[in-house]
Amino acid sequence: MVFYVIRRILQAIPVLIGTTFLIYFLVFAMPGNPVQALFGDKTPNPALLAELEKQYHLNEPFIVQYLYYLRDVVTGNFGVSFSGQSVNDVLARTFPVTARLALMAVVIEMVVGVTIGLVAGLRKGKLFDLSSLVISLLFLSVPIFVICFIGQFFLGFKLGWFRTTVGADASIPNLILPAIVLASSLVAINIRLTRGSVIETLNNDFVRTAYSKGLSRRRVIPVHVLRNSLIPVTTQLGADFGILLVGATVTEGIFNVPGVGNTLYQAIIRGERPTVVSFVTVMVLLYLVVNIIIDLIYAVLDPRIRYVK
Amino acid sequence: MSSNTAPRRSADHFVAPVSETPVAAIDQVKLSGQRSNLWTDAWRDLRRRPLFWVSSIFILLFIVVALFPTLFTSVPPNAGCQLVDSNAGPSADHILGLTKQGCDVYSRIVHGAGASLAVGFIVIALSGITGAIIGSIAGFFGGWVDSVLMRLGDIFFSIPYILAAVVIMSVFSAYVNVFVVALAIGAFTWPSTARVMRSEVLRVKNSDFVMAGTALGQSRLALMFKHVLPNSIPPVIVVTTLSLAAAITAEATLSFLGVGLPSGTMSWGNDISAAQSDLRSNPATLIYPSLALTITVLSFVIFGETLRESLDPKARALR
Repeated sequence: MVFYVIRRILQAIPVLIGTTFLIYFLVFAMPGNPVQALFGDKTPNPALLAELEKQYHLNEPFIVQYLYYLRDVVTGNFGVSFSGQSVNDVLARTFPVTARLALMAVVIEMVVGVTIGLVAGLRKGKLFDLSSLVISLLFLSVPIFVICFIGQFFLGFKLGWFRTTVGADASIPNLILPAIVLASSLVAINIRLTRGSVIETLNNDFVRTAYSKGLSRRRVIPVHVLRNSLIPVTTQLGADFGILLVGATVTEGIFNVPGVGNTLYQAIIRGERPTVVSFVTVMVLLYLVVNIIIDLIYAVLDPRIRYVK
Repeated sequence: MSSNTAPRRSADHFVAPVSETPVAAIDQVKLSGQRSNLWTDAWRDLRRRPLFWVSSIFILLFIVVALFPTLFTSVPPNAGCQLVDSNAGPSADHILGLTKQGCDVYSRIVHGAGASLAVGFIVIALSGITGAIIGSIAGFFGGWVDSVLMRLGDIFFSIPYILAAVVIMSVFSAYVNVFVVALAIGAFTWPSTARVMRSEVLRVKNSDFVMAGTALGQSRLALMFKHVLPNSIPPVIVVTTLSLAAAITAEATLSFLGVGLPSGTMSWGNDISAAQSDLRSNPATLIYPSLALTITVLSFVIFGETLRESLDPKARALR
């Protein structure tokens, strides 16, 4: 197990270097002189310009600049946002909100998705199965911002069940609608995964053995079938997290949730490139770390993973 | 004694006449009939499925709309917009009503199809083909080539492609057009095709008929092109269809965020983005382009899924 943990973490290092390099390269390729941009329309003093370029290492070759940037990323310094606040301060304020929203979405995703998927798998080909398949395909195809608007318009505005925007008070009841919207496409993915996995598990010998031992359906379905069907669902969690990050950007923006996603959304809308880049970097790093953690949990749950070369 | 008179089993065997064995059935197989392969099997299954036909008809319809928008509407999408008619409801001339700028919603949807579909098709042309080539090279050569290419793919794969596209688009905001948007999306979606292609090449490469080909003295390259690649392609086509759907969604999301196609270009994402401030007063201007987008994406998703289920005997059994 220790060996597996070490190997998995070592595998992540080139990916980490590669992703930060890619992002940094894109920013480097950005046209225009960033120091010149600080002065707007004014013509800066050449000596001051040179001094600032030296301060930000802009006079160094590309690879040296990248190494400075990598040092900053590794030491947890993500720079300053467009409005002058340090990215770490903004993160400290906004991250808890996004974490709460994402956690709510994951709970909805797991509970609703797995339940519907299980029932659909057990009733393969019946009306419930077919209708859940059609609905999940629909939710997979509708872009998240459309779901946001439809939820906001019908559930929030027409029916008045939820507040249409969240604002400063990001408490759990206020976050229910954004969380449902955020979870919708993940629920659809989970329904399909669980259904397929349940149908496959039902054909296994151990299920037949369980029944022939005289166990009741009540025991076989949750303990033998469901538990084994959850393996692909757990694996999917890592990829889900990527969808969550993008979804949170759009959902938080539309519902005005004061989270990390909203900060990125506002920065994109206003064209604040440095903020966009630092928040995307943070999100990508988060995504990498979450995927490592999920892989490790997965290795604990399923011993086969640890021994496969 | 009766026990002694019974025939001893070990001494003589009973051999059934050929007519009573399955050999007879095997002999009756017509060799002159039509040959069956993966594609003909899939086609036999596909043509019986209504979902396949419905999705294909919609895809064809949207392609025709994208290529010849003037066949479907005579109302110009931008010229002749009257601010007097801002957010007006449906009428005989404007069946879906008018936008905030007083432009015809239906006409804008028809003329916007081109941009959305173009981005989708360019993305799969770029990332699908790049992914298939890289995946097949990795699978075919194996060893360090495989490791290098796949680790490179991992790097691109570990950045969610919409976030990557947001960065690329905000960096190159000065040079935005359909190709740049497609490039920004495609630059980070190729690894998913490459992974599928590689695993398929590895699977086919190790199958018995390829070994038979090797034993018959065929060169590795000939085997690759004549046997391995044709048999690895089907799942790649499925993934490509699904990534086309994802690319259309991605373009709309980018345009919605304001970093996609320039606001002057007619596309569904731009129309939805422009309509969001009037959601309460005139939801139709937001709902109709969304509906067009959803039906298009859904058609490609259903097309891909039915294709996947028909091409894969295992998935056929799951139905």
